[in-house]
Amino acid sequence: MLTQLTLRERHLELGARFAPFAGWEMPLQYEGIVAEHRAVRERVGVFDVSHLARAWVEGPEAAELLRSVTTFDVTSLAAGKAHYSLYCNETGGIEDDVFIYHLPGDRWLVIHNAANADADFERLRAVAGGAASEVTPETVMLAVQGPDAVRLLGSVLGEGFAALEPRDCAELRWQGTSVLVARTGYTGEDGGECIVPAGHAQALWDALIAGGAAPAGLGARDSLRLEAALPLHGNDIDATTHPYEAGLGFAVTLDDGAPFTGREAMVQAKAEPRARRLAHLAARARGVLRAGYELREPGGDCALAVLTSGGHSPSLRIGIGMAYLPTDLAATGTMLEVDVRGRALPVEVVRRPFYRKPKG
Amino acid sequence: MDYETPEDLLYTEDHEWLRRETEQADEVTIGITDFAQEQVGDVVYLELPADGTALTAGAPFGEIESAKTVAELFAPVSGELVASNAELEDRPELVNESPYGDGWIVRVRVSDAAELDGLMDAEAYRAQLPED
Repeated sequence: MLTQLTLRERHLELGARFAPFAGWEMPLQYEGIVAEHRAVRERVGVFDVSHLARAWVEGPEAAELLRSVTTFDVTSLAAGKAHYSLYCNETGGIEDDVFIYHLPGDRWLVIHNAANADADFERLRAVAGGAASEVTPETVMLAVQGPDAVRLLGSVLGEGFAALEPRDCAELRWQGTSVLVARTGYTGEDGGECIVPAGHAQALWDALIAGGAAPAGLGARDSLRLEAALPLHGNDIDATTHPYEAGLGFAVTLDDGAPFTGREAMVQAKAEPRARRLAHLAARARGVLRAGYELREPGGDCALAVLTSGGHSPSLRIGIGMAYLPTDLAATGTMLEVDVRGRALPVEVVRRPFYRKPKG
Repeated sequence: MDYETPEDLLYTEDHEWLRRETEQADEVTIGITDFAQEQVGDVVYLELPADGTALTAGAPFGEIESAKTVAELFAPVSGELVASNAELEDRPELVNESPYGDGWIVRVRVSDAAELDGLMDAEAYRAQLPED
């Protein structure tokens, strides 16, 4: 039985086509993946991301408790700031990637991937006990992304939002309720994410749509994050990959000396030369890359790696993908070949991200 | 949802259409239907065989890739591929924008005209579209 979104009727009215995702019935697309992708790159789109699991850890011990289970030194995070972090296991494998919001009054909100929601909450509960609580079903989470997103959120939510800098978070009063907002997202665009009580979700959604946001589904969310080279847990990172080979060293703090799950493995991994790295691949002939396709050296017949993600980039109009490659083959400019159902498609290792938004 | 289904075409269960060419009586133009383009979503790439390739009715002859999926194209009739739509190389989205016009996919010289008799007319095709 799939969990239905609070705003399901609104999505249906807008022509959503649904697909199951991590136990949720989610909008895959409305007008079409490419049109929604372009709307976010050129204007503004709104995603219902209520499937993301949301949990609080509260109290004076909250920062230390979170530090003990995540890789980033959250104790350095000032109130009003949000940061990306990881849950790792003892061998340094990535159990989930998370966003942590530090709100005033020793309140910490953690955003988990839907597929890992239960295990993640158990992890928090194990260290924080009653200081951890889940708020997923009582709230709706909307991501508003694109070059016009900050202006739109400012006009809908007011000055409180307009004052935020990137990666700031805050609790605002809006229409008699409390809305959690952050200048964060998963598209490579500017924008924000809002968590609103379910009873006010429709009003916020309607205001965003009326203000010009295009409804966007999981299809566009995936093509946008892939262009931005943002990893997807379960595809590009998982319990068998460690943060450094995935290019996520920025989410790991070792120099504070504080213990956290997986620290010893990470100290060792950091000191050793990396055997492989997550490489970014751009097709150099027409064709679409898909997760699961095999990579080999040009003309070779031995699989070097399997694409962890792949798709068509609507912005670049080429196939793009990611794969863990032996370090000597992960250098920018290396030419390889992807087996596209029996056809050899040339690909080049490129720098991340695939798409960078124009300055200005 | 109402899908366009022009009366002058023949249709297959795989949601392809065929147009008999008036000036070349043994040739047909083939594309995918309005319903099919809607189901497949934004078309981003087509993998098509070279001109002259022999097609066998019912066998896959190419692939159509959309933003979210890849689908096989099945030959609705046997024959020789005489042309594929070169416009689609740069503008695959024509399959979505104009499935019965500029988004045509291949032209085939039919080897056995009797195979055309087994295809559906517009009315029969409409009757087997899922109601939505």
